[in-house]
Amino acid sequence: MFKKLPQNGEKVSIDFEGKRLETVTGQTVAAALLGSGEMLFRESAVTGQPRSVYCMMGVCFECLLEIDGKPNQQSCMILVQEGMKIRRQQRPIMENHASA
Amino acid sequence: MQVPEYDLIIIGSGPAGMAAAVTSRGQGLKVLVLDEQPTAGGQIYRNIEHLELHRNPEFKKLGRDYSEASGLVKRFKNCGADYLSGMTVWQIEKELVVRVVHNSPGQDKKSPLSFKAKKILIAVGAMERPMPIPGWTLPGVMACTAVDVLYKSAGIVPKGTVVLAGAGPLLLLIATRLLDAGVKISALLNTNPQNALLKALPHLPSALRTPEYLVKGAGMLLKLRTSGVPIHFGIRSIEAQGKENLNRVRFVSSKGTQTVDADLLLLHQGVVPNVQITRLLGCEHQWYESQRYWEPVLDEWGNTSVPGIAVAGDCGRVSGSKVSELSGHIAALETARALGALSESKRDEQASSIRAELKKQQASRPFLDTLFEPQKSWIVPEDEATMVCRCEEVDVGEIRNTVRLGAHSPDRVKAMIRSGMGFCQGRMCALTLSEIIADELKISPADVGYLRVRSPIKPVTLGQLVSSE
Repeated sequence: MFKKLPQNGEKVSIDFEGKRLETVTGQTVAAALLGSGEMLFRESAVTGQPRSVYCMMGVCFECLLEIDGKPNQQSCMILVQEGMKIRRQQRPIMENHASA
Repeated sequence: MQVPEYDLIIIGSGPAGMAAAVTSRGQGLKVLVLDEQPTAGGQIYRNIEHLELHRNPEFKKLGRDYSEASGLVKRFKNCGADYLSGMTVWQIEKELVVRVVHNSPGQDKKSPLSFKAKKILIAVGAMERPMPIPGWTLPGVMACTAVDVLYKSAGIVPKGTVVLAGAGPLLLLIATRLLDAGVKISALLNTNPQNALLKALPHLPSALRTPEYLVKGAGMLLKLRTSGVPIHFGIRSIEAQGKENLNRVRFVSSKGTQTVDADLLLLHQGVVPNVQITRLLGCEHQWYESQRYWEPVLDEWGNTSVPGIAVAGDCGRVSGSKVSELSGHIAALETARALGALSESKRDEQASSIRAELKKQQASRPFLDTLFEPQKSWIVPEDEATMVCRCEEVDVGEIRNTVRLGAHSPDRVKAMIRSGMGFCQGRMCALTLSEIIADELKISPADVGYLRVRSPIKPVTLGQLVSSE
């Protein structure tokens, strides 16, 4: 879906769903994942549809991820840091939810 | 923690915010600039400092506007304003207290999270108008400008086949940038009506006052034509197809139905002011019929209807980076006058040459706004199963039904079926919601109104709420 042009910056490695991804400083988490070929970011909250980045500028909230244990992080607004542990945002478990 | 106080707090460090900072500092004001993005420049000049320093050949390719903007960024960085990036405003109180959170987790204890101002300037820019089509929530369907942000901020470009769909100057600009980067565009679905140029022609003489915009546009069109990108006209409907990812785009044009393979579908229906903060503050807004959006009502200095709150740049009326920059200077002069740092006559004197340039830069706007008038068919989707509220997964049919049940305002529809209640707090559906209600009731969106924007305008945790006090 996306590819990286030659990157400059200090090397950073992050963990995405147990996979080690290489990126550089100054990148947002969303950009780092897309540049590594990752497209699926989260499940939608109501019906669990696959979702990915839409706007890349903090408006749409489609790029939400779990970063270092914190859910609902806007990954297009957060810069990568060495050793960050990132997971896909799972759909919350809602008992008695009509559309579940 | 003590609340730091400023004469002026500027929200946003795009062209308008940077210009306002430079001018207000020039008048000796104590200024704070807050921006939710990591670097100065706004979306238009995203990551410009890094581009100039570390990706210079690409920076040069971006054109003369960028070298000029680079000068503005340098003046901004040296003007003596305090500048905090990577921080998002979630509330502004009537006493002009601005509350923020850090975007990166775990940083909130390090610095103040509330600031007080005598005046506030909102310069948060514009956002893309949502373009709801069937399948637009699939991974691989993105806002057109997202790829521009990825290119500028991260040196990341699309791989595989790309389809662009919509209308507007930015669509053309981004198409040509993708071609420059060697990206294969398998189709451009032009949704602009074929009689648009005819309709815009009466505004052409005025637009010729700034021919550079027209020359740029013609250059982009020529480049697209000669590149061999298949351009389709008379588009009636578009559907994104796929299961886990986008695989195909199906569209109906004057030539019938076609399906093309696609790894990426980029949508664009122009840009609209980001009114989240001006709405939060209760500023009066008006409906701009030509471009079908709401804008805050401003006087000639950028003052809103709320005392102490002014607006500069594209979050007032979308007019591009040059106009934004000039409006930032003007709003700053007025702020200096209001705070007693500048006499009224000095303000007027300094503003007069800026106003002359402003008038010139605005001259092409009626032509462009008419040429790219948003079409109702792309705002109110015909297919009732099209998702409108992406967060709460509410479609056109559900909204129409709710209106028929008697919910005649966006807030009542929201209360009944949750459209606009999700994480994005209506940013991605509010305009569409008003348009659908208006269409159902056969009245203007101006009479339907807009979702009520409430604090916090960005989701904050209880922990963050507590630590802001």
